[in-house]
Amino acid sequence: MPRIFPRVAFVVSLPCALLLSACRREPSFSPTAVPAGGPADGDAYVSASLGDASHLNPVLATDSASNEIVGLVFNGLVKYDKNLHIAGDLAESFETLRGGREIIFRLRPGLRWQDGLPVTSDDVRFTFEKLTDPSVRTPFSADYARVDRLETPDPLTIRVFYKEPFAPALESWTRGIIPRHVYGTGDFNGHPANRRPIGTGPYIFVEWKSDEKIILKANPDYWEGKPHISRYIFRVIPDAAVQFLELRNESVDTVSLTPDQYKAYDVFFRSYNKFRYPSFSYTYLGFNLNRPLFKDRRVREAIACALNKQEIIDGVLLGMGAPATGPFPPQSWAYDPGVKDFAYDPERAKALLAEAGWTASKGDGVLYKDGRPFAFTVVTNQGNKLREMTAVILQSHLAAIGIKMNIRIIEWSSFLHNFIDPGNFDATILGWSTGIDPDQYVIWHSSQRGPGKYNFVGYANPEADRLLEEGRREFDPARRRDIYRRLHRILHDDLPYLFLYYPESLPVVHKRFVGVETAPIGIGWNFNTWYVPKTRQKYAVQ
Amino acid sequence: MRSYLVRRLLLFIPLIFGITVVSFGVMHLAPGTAADAVTEMNLKVSVEAREKLVKLYGLDKPWYVQYARWMGRVVRFNFGASFKDDVPVGRKIRDRIGNSILLNGCSLALILLIAVPLGVLSAVKKGTWVDRGVGVFVFVGFSVPTFWVALLLMILFGVQLGWLPISGLHSLDYEEMGFFARRWDMARHLVLPVLVSSFTGLAGLSRYVRNGLLDVIRQDYIRTARAKGLPETQVIFKHALRNALIPVITILGLSLPDLIGGSFIFETIFAYPGMGRLGFEAVMSRDYPVVMAVGTLAALLTLMGNFLADVAYRWADPRIREGSL
Amino acid sequence: MNFLRRFRRNRGALAGAVLIAALALAAAAAPFLAPSPPLEQRLAERLAPPSSSHWMGTDDLGRDVFSRALFGARVSLEVGVVAVGIMAIVGVSAGLAAGYLGGLADMLLMRLIDVLLCFPTIFLILMVIAFIEPDIKNVMVVIGLTSWMGLARLVRGEVLSLRERDFILSARGLGLSHARILLVHLLPNLASPVLVSATLGVGSAILTESALSFLGLGVQPPQPSWGNILTAGKDYIHIAWWLSLFPGLAILATVMSFNLLGEGLRDVLDPRSGE
Repeated sequence: MPRIFPRVAFVVSLPCALLLSACRREPSFSPTAVPAGGPADGDAYVSASLGDASHLNPVLATDSASNEIVGLVFNGLVKYDKNLHIAGDLAESFETLRGGREIIFRLRPGLRWQDGLPVTSDDVRFTFEKLTDPSVRTPFSADYARVDRLETPDPLTIRVFYKEPFAPALESWTRGIIPRHVYGTGDFNGHPANRRPIGTGPYIFVEWKSDEKIILKANPDYWEGKPHISRYIFRVIPDAAVQFLELRNESVDTVSLTPDQYKAYDVFFRSYNKFRYPSFSYTYLGFNLNRPLFKDRRVREAIACALNKQEIIDGVLLGMGAPATGPFPPQSWAYDPGVKDFAYDPERAKALLAEAGWTASKGDGVLYKDGRPFAFTVVTNQGNKLREMTAVILQSHLAAIGIKMNIRIIEWSSFLHNFIDPGNFDATILGWSTGIDPDQYVIWHSSQRGPGKYNFVGYANPEADRLLEEGRREFDPARRRDIYRRLHRILHDDLPYLFLYYPESLPVVHKRFVGVETAPIGIGWNFNTWYVPKTRQKYAVQ
Repeated sequence: MRSYLVRRLLLFIPLIFGITVVSFGVMHLAPGTAADAVTEMNLKVSVEAREKLVKLYGLDKPWYVQYARWMGRVVRFNFGASFKDDVPVGRKIRDRIGNSILLNGCSLALILLIAVPLGVLSAVKKGTWVDRGVGVFVFVGFSVPTFWVALLLMILFGVQLGWLPISGLHSLDYEEMGFFARRWDMARHLVLPVLVSSFTGLAGLSRYVRNGLLDVIRQDYIRTARAKGLPETQVIFKHALRNALIPVITILGLSLPDLIGGSFIFETIFAYPGMGRLGFEAVMSRDYPVVMAVGTLAALLTLMGNFLADVAYRWADPRIREGSL
Repeated sequence: MNFLRRFRRNRGALAGAVLIAALALAAAAAPFLAPSPPLEQRLAERLAPPSSSHWMGTDDLGRDVFSRALFGARVSLEVGVVAVGIMAIVGVSAGLAAGYLGGLADMLLMRLIDVLLCFPTIFLILMVIAFIEPDIKNVMVVIGLTSWMGLARLVRGEVLSLRERDFILSARGLGLSHARILLVHLLPNLASPVLVSATLGVGSAILTESALSFLGLGVQPPQPSWGNILTAGKDYIHIAWWLSLFPGLAILATVMSFNLLGEGLRDVLDPRSGE
């Protein structure tokens, strides 16, 4: 016996020692005021990603890794500015005519691709052709199929004609424009330029080492001015715990944190600035409205009243989020601040359920109706810690009023195909990442029910339908806002979803970067003006 | 023996065929298609777009039709392109296989270097605390979840002490380094993964060597050698070890597929761009051209490894070689 | 009882056996030993370090880690034992069939094993779990069904060598039925390699479960298993070291015990390793 213990003791004490010991290494500098001298060029910005990019082509790529790079290498005709308004990007001006049936874009003169050739309206036409080409593997064709025709009367003008006014159209033109002279020949889907892109953007592609990193360098001829940070390095680090360790080691300059990491010991973040802003997403409990259990609105309202949302926000998000009352986050113009959420009121919940026929008839704390207990299963996908935690908390709140909620966590693909798509679920906890435009036709319209479509809860309300259709057609901002605010109220009251919370984005950025500012759109909107003072530059770049 | 070996070789063909059919079938029985990762739950993607993608990938045909198409291409050495990023499968493998061979090769070498002497030591000092100590040491490696040990070592050597990089294979300024600096950089990045990988793989080989040597030591011819008065070192190294190492060759042959396989849990933790992650991510995203290619390659290597091990074993054991067994 | 005496003298096997017994007892007594219900969350006490009220601290939902570890022991042991049970049943049957029946059965089974062994184990597991969902029953079955091949080969080898031994030949000569020969004469002689394999297999199954948990395909939360507590803990490794340390050590100690026991049994039972 004694012979074995020394080894075991060693093994035990080693991990204890290294985990318990305080940080032995000091951060790289003690940040104080910004050194004088104005913006300096140089240094590199290192970001970390869980996955590698797939296509560096705005027409083809849907994953966030690809889009991070695409956003730096390409520009769209328009973009969202820091206050979430549409502003010109490649287009120096644009106007909508005839209620939105025609949009005219005028390109800035003198724009050049990163290989020196001029940007013309023909490139926009080419991008549009590819977006609507049936042999191209683009998933984005829906928005562009609404275009009746696209004219290019001169190299700097593009006129887009729509069969019907389509308000989200402007958002669709934030998609990057690609050059005809590069992609025009050869197989588009497998084109080598998908791995070596040429765009108009502030950063130029340098290298892509598969599953490892992508390197970009500043574009000296960028039309808005050369970015100060000379290199952008995108590192693939597939494990979140390791990303955090690299952050701790100051080997990456920015990471998106979880609420727990954000609140971690401040000593970790001596060298990083923390930012938080509401993201454009919401998490919800979706009721399958075709199930007899949830057909009765009183039951849904009871569940809403039985849930102490604040506890979820405090417990799951550590306070870094807001309770959700509808499908639009508070920073959106479509959000109606006048919509009051259901108050946490378990007594009211029980009363509503009693009205609907559910009583604690057997004295075991569970509600029964016609001899059957109130039990249902919530499904959610595996891999999302926050949703799991939300489910567990919801389960305990419902148990307190006599509802038995089971949780099933299912692998993503199986989850979608076996449960969501065929409508084979009682309720589900999921989230939507919406764009900035409030159009959510595909989620709520009664025509969007059916296998594979996004109205999988089966919601149908003629007034909501009408508002959704009108919202898509209306270009006048004031009228459009009214439409969506009405929709917000209706969706809150009808309870097809129990809207849970709007999470916040929690990025950190290394302190040496000057110029980082939070705005409604986030923090990256002025990336081209960030810089590192000469004395603090970390990476020497020629 | 030769006819036996020839028969074994011929069996490869139906075996590989069977493996490809099984992998293909299982992949297609799994719910979900490759188009999903791209399209699902994305508000900008309509149902029509998704269906169009499914057709473009050829996924709407029944699985045996897809299999026939795949086979047709494969016999012309065209393994197709990945569904994830349209990169030809051959190129994806080529980009990563070198890394895997490097890591697993170093790991195997280290295991051999450490396990064989440890095994010999254990056998020679059987029953003493040396034997038990070595036993416990190798078993610790064998008994621990690799990702946990990896994280602990990363914290110790990477964060606390700062001696080694935490993850990846190259530093950020690798391209600007000179030849020797580059080799040194890669070596530094390899230390932790190779250490963890070999530590967890030591046990098997060292126990094998120990037990094999113990078996041999008790044989008559060893007793004869000792009786003849030969010094113990000569007895062990010249006579016993040579015969005991024959099974080690078998193990090496069986380890051939590990050269390119390797745990993707491992590669995920160390952000190591290797074949393990390629295969795993392909399975999870139903990227079947990649899965089929990696699976077929692994199967081929396994079969070859088995075969070579068998050949070596039979050749080394004169009883089998002469046909008396 | 030569066996017991040799067993007691083998320190490794003894240590392993004692630890396993202690663990099994603790796991069985989990409902009584655990200070709090393993699923009870107390959000006010999340991520609390080890203290007198929470010996191993609390996790990110305020659940007591010690209680979860105790119940996790049950789950991990259950997974290990059942998976190995399946592995043993399938492996021994296949090995017996191949070795005893020979001919076509042998060839088919061996080729099947060859094909299955061509897939890296974890690949096989992945492919299967990805399409049936991961819950504890499926995990056990899948681990069992992907690890029987080695045992089958071992058993087959033993049967082949035993088949020609005198006592079997004389049993055949006496006209005993095949079934009787298999059950009464062959099987007991297989006991020792099977036992060793099974013991080592439990440790391996526990490690496989923790690997599957890392991928999110193991036992699903909120049901605790050491694998999923460790995986959940790894994301907090710098903020709450106790979440990963204790399950990691538990797995280490348990799997080591099984390995030591298995190796010890091998030494003790092997008639050739004369002292």
